[in-house]
Amino acid sequence: MTWLRLNWPQVLQLVGDHLALSLPAILLSILIAVPIGYLAVRLRWLGKPLLLTATLLYAIPALPLLIIIAAVFGFSLRSPETMIAALTIYGVALLVRTAADGFDAVDGFVRDSAIALGHSPLVIFFKVDLPLAVPVLISGIRVVAVSTVSLVTIGALIGVSGLGFFLTDGFQRGILGEVVTGLLASVALAGLLDALVFAGGRAMTPWVRVVDSQPKLGVAK
Amino acid sequence: MIEFETVSKTYPDKTTAVASFSLVVPSHRIVVLVGSSGSGKTTLLRMVNRMVEPTAGRVLIDGEDVRDRNSVTLRRSIGYVMQQGGLLPHRNIAENVATVPMLNGVSRRQARAQALDLLERVGLDKSLWRRFPSQLSGGQQQRVGVARALAADPNILLMDEPFGAVDPIVRRELQDELLRLQTELGKTIVFVTHDINEAFRLADEVVVLREQAIVAQQGTAAEIMAAPANDFVRNFIGTEAADRVLSTQQVNGKTLAVDSYGRPVGLLQ
Ligand SMILES: Nc1ncnc2c1ncn2[C@@H]1O[C@H](COP(=O)(O)OP(=O)(O)O)[C@@H](O)[C@H]1O
Ligand SMILES: [Mg+2]
Repeated sequence: MTWLRLNWPQVLQLVGDHLALSLPAILLSILIAVPIGYLAVRLRWLGKPLLLTATLLYAIPALPLLIIIAAVFGFSLRSPETMIAALTIYGVALLVRTAADGFDAVDGFVRDSAIALGHSPLVIFFKVDLPLAVPVLISGIRVVAVSTVSLVTIGALIGVSGLGFFLTDGFQRGILGEVVTGLLASVALAGLLDALVFAGGRAMTPWVRVVDSQPKLGVAK
Repeated sequence: MIEFETVSKTYPDKTTAVASFSLVVPSHRIVVLVGSSGSGKTTLLRMVNRMVEPTAGRVLIDGEDVRDRNSVTLRRSIGYVMQQGGLLPHRNIAENVATVPMLNGVSRRQARAQALDLLERVGLDKSLWRRFPSQLSGGQQQRVGVARALAADPNILLMDEPFGAVDPIVRRELQDELLRLQTELGKTIVFVTHDINEAFRLADEVVVLREQAIVAQQGTAAEIMAAPANDFVRNFIGTEAADRVLSTQQVNGKTLAVDSYGRPVGLLQ
């Protein structure tokens, strides 16, 4: 606690750095994985290879992945860009399958009737498929958010600034307070993001929770 | 007027759902396609709004091949009601009814106001407008489905077993409501069902289909009941034969109609 009292400006600074890496990676993961998941469902022949590739991406160990990204995109190994790209790849790998499941679960009757009413394919995606997949997408995004925040800590190993710094630095210098602070701050951040995503999901899906307390008017059954 | 000109449909998996079907649906009439499950009814219905493209033949609306129409605008000009409503679960009732006018660019306010009127028109309380579909009974959902199909005032209404999933009493109410609406609106309606009683009740013209949408018989309810064209039709209406074949019996100077089990079912005047 003494350590935290003396060092809280640095804690805030590193929380900021940590978010600056996690948030773009989480957003990019969503923006990339959701359309891929949709394609995997709508184009059946493409579905299997797409989902398999996504799963394989997750199997690449972190350090080689960072090195490959740095080499391929020409980023410096220790740059935030490299870190964000790696986190995004893991995020996409985690989310694609859930996104596909979410779109797959949209009721065929509802889709058919939306088509029959004259929604174009693009409008169906934005007004029917996407909102109806939100509950499942949210569960996937929560996993991505938590996993991304915890993965950012390994950035410290290659010298990218984040809460992981307290873990490596605290270990090296034998300061328990620093290690505990880094750990707790990272877990708290993950929990906070998870709660925000959950709350956002609830706000977007009022129809999921309608309690049928009102009496049904008119004809029975 | 809708014309099916020798249409066929073989799906990519080689299932032939429709083998050369022809029919003229006159304007302002209710034509009911009746047949058992898998006889190709839905396939035929969806040829009209281009959700299914025939592999041979063509469908004309007022003389124009539907293939020459943009499929999205064509669909917005045709009402479609399906079994289990197919209502959008994430939109409230008013938004559901207003779907097509909104797609057509009608202002939100105007579409809303019109939706509320339509709810009353199909026998629902306006106050339901804020509910989500899951908060309505099956019968109410079907009424919303009908209101939604009518919202853009289409000339044609396609109805695919719309009352198939509700209990018999509610089904009867919905059928009455449809007939009442039709006297006011005079739409051209193609109605699909597997229930021969529903077909007889609603239709100006009944088309009895066998597998692959082969027409077993076509005519008014009276014509088909009086003279089933073949064994298939006789069997198809035959499940209710005991109720349908009536005789008369004199009781206390009144003439009773009696079914073939001897149960009185009505009074002749
Ligand atoms: N998209 C499809 N792909 C392959 N076969 C289909 C498809 N849709 C319908 N069928 C088949 O075509 C036949 C007629 O189906 P359908 O038109 O739905 O009949 P109904 O509405 O009378 O039950 C059935 O054998 C059905 O399995
Ligand atoms: Mg059908």
